[in-house]
Amino acid sequence: MIIAVASGKGGTGKTTVATSLARSLDVQGASLLFLDADVEAPNSHLFLKPEIEHTRDVGVRIPEVNQEICSLCGKCAEVCQYHAIAVLGKKVLVFPQLCHSCGSCTLMCPEGAISEKQNVIGVLEHGPAQDGFRYFRGVMNVGEPMALPIVRLLKQWAGESDESQVVVIDAPPGTSCPMVEAVCGADFLLLVTEPTPFGLHDLKLALQIAAKFTIPVGVIINRDGLGYQGVDEFCAEAGLSIIIRIPFDRSIAEGTARGRTLLDIYPSYKTAFQNLFKEISNYGVGSRWPRP
Amino acid sequence: MKQSLKQLVILSGKGGTGKTSVTAALAHLAFTGSPPVKVVLADADVDAANLGLVLQPDQKEEHDFVGGALAVIDQNKCEGCGICEQVCRFYAVIEDGKKYTVDSRACDGCAACVYQCPDEAITMQPQVVGRWFRADSRYGPLLHAELEPAQENSGKLVTMVKQQARLWGLDNALDVILIDGPPGIGCPAISAASGADLALIVAEPTVSGIHDLKRILQMTMHFRLRSLVCINKADVFPEGTIEIEHTCQILGVDVIGKIPFDETVTQAMVHGEAVTAYCLQSPASQAICAIWQKLRSLLLEEE
Amino acid sequence: MKIIISAAAESIDAEVDQRFGRSANLILVDTESLDWESFRNPGMAASGGAGVKAAQFVAGLDPDAVISGDFGPNAYEALLAADISMYIFNERVNTIRSVVKEFKKGDLIAVSSPTSAGKHGS
Repeated sequence: MIIAVASGKGGTGKTTVATSLARSLDVQGASLLFLDADVEAPNSHLFLKPEIEHTRDVGVRIPEVNQEICSLCGKCAEVCQYHAIAVLGKKVLVFPQLCHSCGSCTLMCPEGAISEKQNVIGVLEHGPAQDGFRYFRGVMNVGEPMALPIVRLLKQWAGESDESQVVVIDAPPGTSCPMVEAVCGADFLLLVTEPTPFGLHDLKLALQIAAKFTIPVGVIINRDGLGYQGVDEFCAEAGLSIIIRIPFDRSIAEGTARGRTLLDIYPSYKTAFQNLFKEISNYGVGSRWPRP
Repeated sequence: MKQSLKQLVILSGKGGTGKTSVTAALAHLAFTGSPPVKVVLADADVDAANLGLVLQPDQKEEHDFVGGALAVIDQNKCEGCGICEQVCRFYAVIEDGKKYTVDSRACDGCAACVYQCPDEAITMQPQVVGRWFRADSRYGPLLHAELEPAQENSGKLVTMVKQQARLWGLDNALDVILIDGPPGIGCPAISAASGADLALIVAEPTVSGIHDLKRILQMTMHFRLRSLVCINKADVFPEGTIEIEHTCQILGVDVIGKIPFDETVTQAMVHGEAVTAYCLQSPASQAICAIWQKLRSLLLEEE
Repeated sequence: MKIIISAAAESIDAEVDQRFGRSANLILVDTESLDWESFRNPGMAASGGAGVKAAQFVAGLDPDAVISGDFGPNAYEALLAADISMYIFNERVNTIRSVVKEFKKGDLIAVSSPTSAGKHGS
């Protein structure tokens, strides 16, 4: 069972929900996995306080040119769609941050002068969370542009999940490629939004991703009670279930600011998230999106 | 060349810190100032463009945005050898019996298959992946864009929006490009920050916000972009605010304002107004006014 | 001497374009005869790597120098490898013609490191 927690916009409380959900589940330590896939802004460790035991670099393959064999024919530069390799003067230059690791230049080099080496763009970390379940996260190095390979490798590192496992994924915000990579393959998508025009707009965007992959979705409204009805009206009209409402409450804002999950602030959330999980497991809630 | 058009970019390491609300308020203050500062707005958060929701502008122009090209297999020429599937590192070529097709969701546009196909059956076809708009808002022209979900090239579209804003600003002798940047520290954020004269980073005193602030400051310093920080909802977690101030002090970054937690900000958003226009007397509005005075003098009177 | 200048339109009287990789046009000027030729900048439409693409194109024209408002790190590295000098505009230039004049007077500043953050990838 893979549950991805996402939101069309950042700052809606996605990490609060994901970490609270994980901490609520009374599953045996080994069979619960938490993946922080928000690699540009990974924050779940602040709530789950994992003890990191393993760390590994995330490398992507980039070309390396053997200048002695290279005939400067320029074929590599011609085929590269990303302008990540160029022949200038008497040299072939590689621009690692532009490279997408497609391998086309390596295949096309008539001299066989190109091999590939690893270029590190981030790290993956793994260890038990404070509550004992298995915790994984990816962290992108500052100044690197491409988050997607880190998300992909994070999921691979965490391994194929079997039926008995429960995986909670804290996805990157938005609807860009890294978010898609994070939610792809999930059995259920929890979309966290807030009752504002921004929240509604971005919820609609996130639903387009759910539609693309036909993942069942449930909506969680955070900061409920701001006085805007647009999100409720839209969900009612679209037949989307609103699974949990987290009220607009200063003690929640203050608590999460300090790195507390909802359970720490109001213990009753434990039952609420357990019920949510039971219902998701039975497909009792949520809506196929788009509706059949 | 007289380079009077300044670029101010509003950034935040994480989403939801109030970046767009601050941007809208700054636009309002610029417009109503005496003398007014002529601003062109660029919404560079193309994955989730929200500035238009506050300003509700009149759309004037709409243009297609062509992103990268994707591979398409001509079934009449394909002999079914499967080399394309072997070379594709994005798992985008799908075999279905003897037929090979490209999954446009997975294709990265690298064209490796195009060059390896012995039957010349694969071509690259440019895709319309979004649109960009020029609109008139209450506080000045607004350039914004929409990227279709799950599309790459948001960095390119950010660059496009900024370029169009810049051209519009130069043609109409405006003073400042005000850029509402995307959250994060990746390619779109780098594109939004690139070429800016000044960055205002909206930080939130939460453990997450502090963590992300450090990362975005590393990014702006890496690119030698002068950055200032304002702390939003500063009173929600006073210890966090102190930590932000301390961090900024160590890094030599000025904290130019603290905006208190104020429900007026949310109410203004729900009403589709800049908070300073909705209620100028509110504590948040007053704090943003003070921030704007400082930004204004830094941008326009320096040098 | 042959120089290349980033321009907003296709003429020696066109305004300069501050960007190198994504300028609309690149104008090749002979500083003695003032003969000029305009090229569309292939970097303008690139999804990513505009600076590299433009630099590669410029290198093919084999100029002595290239002048623009801004060279990102990739363009800088590429032009350096191609052994082409880089200069940036000063506040007195507005048209390509005025750039040539300033260049001949020796009033433009040679670039010895990237002048901006540049852009990355797509």
